[in-house]
Amino acid sequence: MTRVLTYLQAIGEALAQQMGLDPTVVVFGEDNIGGTGCDGTLGHAWGPTQGLHERFPDRVFDTPITEAAFVGAAVGAAATGLRPVADLLFVDFAGVAFDQVLNQAAKLRYMAAGRAGAPLVLRAMWGAGLRRGAQHSQALYPVFAHIPGLKVVLPSSPADAKGLMAAAIQDPDPVVFFEHKMLYFSRGEVPEEPYVTPLGQAAVVRPGTDCTIVALGRMVQVAQEAAAELAGTGVECEIVDPRTISPLDTETIYASVRRTGHLVVVDEANPRCGAASDIAGLVAQHAFDALRGPVRTVTAPHAPTPFSPVLEDAYAPSAGQVVAAVRATVPYAEQERAS
Amino acid sequence: MPQRDSTHPEIRIYRTMRTIRVFEERLHAEFAAGGVPGAVHLYAGQEAIAAGVCAALADDDYVASTHRGHGHAIAKGCDVTAMMLEIHGKAGGVCGGKGGSMHIADFDRGMLGANGVAAGGVPLSAGAALSAKVRGTDQVSVAFVGDGGANQGAFAESLVLARVWNLPVVFVVEDNGYAQATGTRFHLDGRDVAPRGEAVGVPSVVVDGYDVIAVRDAAAEAVARARSGGGPSLLDCKAHRFFGHMEGWDQQGYRGAGEVDRLRSEHDCLAIHTRRLLADGTAGSAELAAVDAEVAELVDAAVTAARSAPDPDPAELLTDVYAAV
Ligand SMILES: Cc1ncc(C[n+]2csc(CCOP(=O)(O)OP(=O)(O)O)c2C)c(N)n1
Ligand SMILES: [Mg+2]
Repeated sequence: MTRVLTYLQAIGEALAQQMGLDPTVVVFGEDNIGGTGCDGTLGHAWGPTQGLHERFPDRVFDTPITEAAFVGAAVGAAATGLRPVADLLFVDFAGVAFDQVLNQAAKLRYMAAGRAGAPLVLRAMWGAGLRRGAQHSQALYPVFAHIPGLKVVLPSSPADAKGLMAAAIQDPDPVVFFEHKMLYFSRGEVPEEPYVTPLGQAAVVRPGTDCTIVALGRMVQVAQEAAAELAGTGVECEIVDPRTISPLDTETIYASVRRTGHLVVVDEANPRCGAASDIAGLVAQHAFDALRGPVRTVTAPHAPTPFSPVLEDAYAPSAGQVVAAVRATVPYAEQERAS
Repeated sequence: MPQRDSTHPEIRIYRTMRTIRVFEERLHAEFAAGGVPGAVHLYAGQEAIAAGVCAALADDDYVASTHRGHGHAIAKGCDVTAMMLEIHGKAGGVCGGKGGSMHIADFDRGMLGANGVAAGGVPLSAGAALSAKVRGTDQVSVAFVGDGGANQGAFAESLVLARVWNLPVVFVVEDNGYAQATGTRFHLDGRDVAPRGEAVGVPSVVVDGYDVIAVRDAAAEAVARARSGGGPSLLDCKAHRFFGHMEGWDQQGYRGAGEVDRLRSEHDCLAIHTRRLLADGTAGSAELAAVDAEVAELVDAAVTAARSAPDPDPAELLTDVYAAV
């Protein structure tokens, strides 16, 4: 049975179900219970761990502000039989724990020649839009995807958030799970029973014939808006949501480009050495023959996220920019023919 | 607020505390009315710490602040209107609207910045102290950090670095009992932070953070030690906050019943300082009322200015990523 849940509730449901299915799953982070060591009531978690401690009192923990220690502890616990889900809160705070992510978690399996691994999930809130300024708004997934040994997931809908979280918890390797803060209260149908959305499988979220738009995270919504506008002028876009950028389902992307002959990549991360340039580069190498126009990328600028609402609203890609990029790559003649 | 005037220093402290209090109470109301964007962490209740510490500093000394930084900025002499504009994200803000509440900085006033990362500013303060030492000035640098931030490696490492490099830095822990909705009884195991300083050779004292004169005197001793080449010190100041962790987010259900009311009625640092000024005859009530009126006008004018100020020029999105060449 499906019901409508928020993205936040969907993640919470995945955590609860996976904890129910697997007694080795443990969950921790700052205020993942909330109210520990206080005189008032317990349970002041803000995010998807709300209420979890009541069902699993021995497997949900609050942490002091000790990211280096508790992310590292997640690696050690994962390597010795647990499946920890550790919460960074904002991905920006990965900075203080980065050694544990890039040198410890990511390389353990390789350095031990496969005799050990770190099946952990690192939850991380990301993205612009909440007026949180430069140190609370980054889209850092390309940084993590760059590192061999890590998997990187960025769900764009409640249903995917639930299925991908289940897959991340069950995965034998360390997974960084990016939760867009502006999607937390977005709603969508979510099946009630436990299910897994496999890592490395893109979704074609809108079929189309004239241009492929690969969109990541919150940009899937932005691409939908753009595609709706373009459809009104006869240009049919196909939207591909990779859902995980490491591993990346390149086959679905190439297949789409082979159908449409055009590619626009929409990514909220900064442009240099980013996810959009990576996908554009892969298509240029492996599906060049299918391209009938230049590849376009639409990204945030090479700048930190500004605080001021007017500036922040100009920061992440907009539907208007996506429309312009599609029009710039689909030749006028084809647009004419299409309409 | 450091001012070169003939006002009694303890009345200047009163003015600073009063300014912070009114600024924060007003922001609380403005936020609730929907007029303020972003993450706003209010300092009300802890004024004695910022005001007491900064009263022991010279204008060209440094402070590195936290996410709960308005009080430090005001006490270090930042312009209240420019701060209010910044918090509203407007042109003319002390950081052009690009920083916001969590990133207020004013290097002309020695304010090295509020910070979005717990303990993120602590090493910066050690660096400013190194800079003073190498440049051969007698400047001192203060690092403010919360009880929660004091659990960060960056804080522990900075204590060690400041000790072994003998840096003129004063670590000021503001133990307000909470890190978000987690209590110090859990996250500090109910302990003080001061022994952590002592453990690495940094002279450390626990200070009543509701008593601004106690804070100022402890800070003066630490600053004198730093200025005279004696190296780092740590003040572990205890004072709880009046408001929730962050505006618009925190219902404070984790706090005990009546806790905030008791705090306001029994541990209001501003009321305590006021009573002392009146009791020992340092100030008369008319004099303090005049300060209050002036502060009310100052903050009111700041809010009015912030409301009517223009937004930043959209071109600002791409400036200041690197130095202009
Ligand atoms: C490294 C890091 N982890 C987590 C956070 C999220 N966070 C913001 S404020 C805060 C609590 C800070 O508590 P404390 O240092 O005691 O300062 P207070 O809010 O009480 O002034 C937390 C966990 C952060 N900003 N930085
Ligand atoms: Mg605190």
